Amino acid sequence: MRTESSLVCEGLTKSFGGISVVDSVNLTIPSGKVVGLIGENGAGKSTWSSMVAGIHRPNSGRMLLDGVEYAPESPADALHNGVALIQQEIRMALNLSVAENIFLGRLPMRRGRVNKDEINERSADALKMLGVSIDPRRTVRGLSTAVQQTIEIAKAILREPRYVIFDEPSASLTATETDRVLHQIAVLKDSGAGVVFISHRLDEVRQISSKILCMRDGKVAKEWETGAVPTEELVQAMVGRDFTFAHKKPVAASEKIVLEVKNLKREGVFRDISFSVREGEILGIAGLVGAGRTEVVRAIAGAEKADSGDIFVDGMLVKIKSPSSAINAGIFMVPEDRKTQGLNLAQTSPINIASPWERVLRKKGIVTPSWLRNLAQESTKDFGIRGSLELPTLRLSGGNQQKVLLAKWLAGAPKILILDEPTRGVDVGAKIAIYEIIRQVAAKGVAVVVVSSELEEVLGLSHRVLVMSRGRQQTILDRGKATSQTVMNFAVGLSSESLK
Amino acid sequence: MTEDKKELVSDSKKASFIPPVRIFKASNFRMLGGPLIGLVVLLIVFSLMSPYFLTAQNLSNLLQQVAILGIMAAGATLVILIAGIDLSVAAVMALTLMFSAWLYESLQLPFILALAAGLALGAAIGAINGMLTAYAKIQPFVATLATMSICLGLSLLITNGNTINGFPTWFSEAASADIWLIPLQAILMFAIFGFLSLWLKFRPTGRALYAIGGNEEVARLSGLNVRLIKTLVYAIAGGLAGVAGWLNMATLDSAQPTAAGSYLLNVIAVVVIGGASLSGGAGTMGSTLLGLFVVGVINNGMSFSGISPNAKPVVIGVIIILAVLADRKTAAAN
Repeated sequence: MRTESSLVCEGLTKSFGGISVVDSVNLTIPSGKVVGLIGENGAGKSTWSSMVAGIHRPNSGRMLLDGVEYAPESPADALHNGVALIQQEIRMALNLSVAENIFLGRLPMRRGRVNKDEINERSADALKMLGVSIDPRRTVRGLSTAVQQTIEIAKAILREPRYVIFDEPSASLTATETDRVLHQIAVLKDSGAGVVFISHRLDEVRQISSKILCMRDGKVAKEWETGAVPTEELVQAMVGRDFTFAHKKPVAASEKIVLEVKNLKREGVFRDISFSVREGEILGIAGLVGAGRTEVVRAIAGAEKADSGDIFVDGMLVKIKSPSSAINAGIFMVPEDRKTQGLNLAQTSPINIASPWERVLRKKGIVTPSWLRNLAQESTKDFGIRGSLELPTLRLSGGNQQKVLLAKWLAGAPKILILDEPTRGVDVGAKIAIYEIIRQVAAKGVAVVVVSSELEEVLGLSHRVLVMSRGRQQTILDRGKATSQTVMNFAVGLSSESLK
Repeated sequence: MTEDKKELVSDSKKASFIPPVRIFKASNFRMLGGPLIGLVVLLIVFSLMSPYFLTAQNLSNLLQQVAILGIMAAGATLVILIAGIDLSVAAVMALTLMFSAWLYESLQLPFILALAAGLALGAAIGAINGMLTAYAKIQPFVATLATMSICLGLSLLITNGNTINGFPTWFSEAASADIWLIPLQAILMFAIFGFLSLWLKFRPTGRALYAIGGNEEVARLSGLNVRLIKTLVYAIAGGLAGVAGWLNMATLDSAQPTAAGSYLLNVIAVVVIGGASLSGGAGTMGSTLLGLFVVGVINNGMSFSGISPNAKPVVIGVIIILAVLADRKTAAAN
């Protein structure tokens, strides 16, 4: 690799409050290649990329961009130098048009007004190259996450960057959308840009990278000059020890039906949803983003109201009209987004864990700090939650936050536990731990429902898999019959996706 | 379940990710830091300015002066905790006292009953505020702005702007009575603060306010009846405004339609200076009490200073800015 045409980091270090998050990192991103960057949450990947993109300033070390000293003062500065970062959380100006978002901050003018023709034309070209056809004049509001991400990529491409970092681009995408993003990355690479692909999806990393770097504890733990590295080896480097992804076969469920859903419907969202879950059974719900899975479980858990249909718990009809009526019926849900729906980030773990139970358990009494601490300590031990109990949950890693969220709902002894995307944004080690927790919960006799976009996860955990597509229930497959192929066939249905 | 999982979770980096934070036993103390220092500084400054400031009699006066404001601020604290705001608090006070006075004078209702009716009216208006906010989903700012306007108007309408006098003597005597130099009004205020403080800290419904203020959706999904609790909180604030109305009537020995005065601004100033966040979820009765004394000391101390009383709002405004900035610095240091 010619050093003139690469992004080099030498001894890059960043500390927050005395703890070094990125520790003396040396790495090189060659142009025209895709480098995969893997590592657990907290390994330092995001912080490293934020330094390259000008969001944070390194405490020591330096960077060289094509041989020239590179020290961006701000994201705008980095963009100016040809370095772009596509972040995981896309924030667009929803009320502006696609084209306006793409050219945000540098709208070309003509005679004192925005040159709409130019931005519309150039946006349309860029989007077409990325394989997406939407009208650049329409507003962003209402477009799916996947499309917004494509717009973000178009925005970056039009800057003609020399280096682009993708931070978890496929985290909330379906398989088809992911393929499109990977294709877009290839397009970028072919145009000569150096691409960094940060992801937990090891298969994708192996697929497109010609070089893989693994970070651990703020350092570069291992480098491979090829993408064809066995998954086990990648995982081992990430966590520093051996284990496999193989899901254990779940303990057999009993015959007793705990949850029964009949003809659940919500106008325009889902209909004719009927299924049952037995004691000790794990029912997976698979489907593409937008199939209505989350909406269905939210209706069962009382977070939203269904228009019609019946829900039976232990054979008795229950009226679910609010979260508390569901909780009283023994139906608990671990929501999809732990940061906005699951946890009160400003508060500590014990307070979060106890929150739904204070009224129930302390109806006539008072809530004391020691009662809280006991409650929390039990959970912390059971789930292996790391991080001080005195700190706001905001400070915990994604994996530990998710465990706190699980602890919160398991503290109440559910009859039926619904988990919506239980391992989203969670590192490998915590993922494995959470799978084990789910299996053990089921083994204790709880009826478990798992909604997940990760096919491997759904297939590995479930006794049976319910596949949804466009608000309808397509089939329920037994574990033996459920393979990636069959599930995907049902999930996709027969029509192609349109984006308008 | 435990041992295996601990092996699997590679967590040494998790522990290293959390900066070392020294937490005092009562973490509230951290939050009180700024305003507490400010209060001490003010006490020193004013006692240097005048020998009459730090006397028992003046401190007793000080307590008397802050009682009404304090009771309204207590209610405002609860509302601000749930990320709401109540602009009508002073107007409700004025309306309830006019209402009570009118019931007593024109309808010859027994005085105690009239007072009780005033309190009930305050709570009812508060409940309306709560329902407009929680059920009709009108922004608290807008809803309470509207009720403020309505209440101010009604206060004037009741007597066409006239004052009502002639209350039982025990009433005004109670207003100026004290036990060992601590005014009865202040004792009432401290009792309210104490009760609410314990409620907020130990009772589930009180603690629910922090949950709602921190993240309303999370609170709802956790099974809390958020709308009902919000309505209850606004109703309490309205009721406390009614109590403040009693004290106001007793102190002035008359019911004046203009009783609302500039209380609103001072109420919010007190809560904010004490350290509560207007975005909800943070703040305690203790912090509001501290803010109350900061404002009270400024108003009281400046009377000795020879500076025009018109300068008081100016000083309060400056202190608000300083308090918020100082609070942010303390939070950043954590």
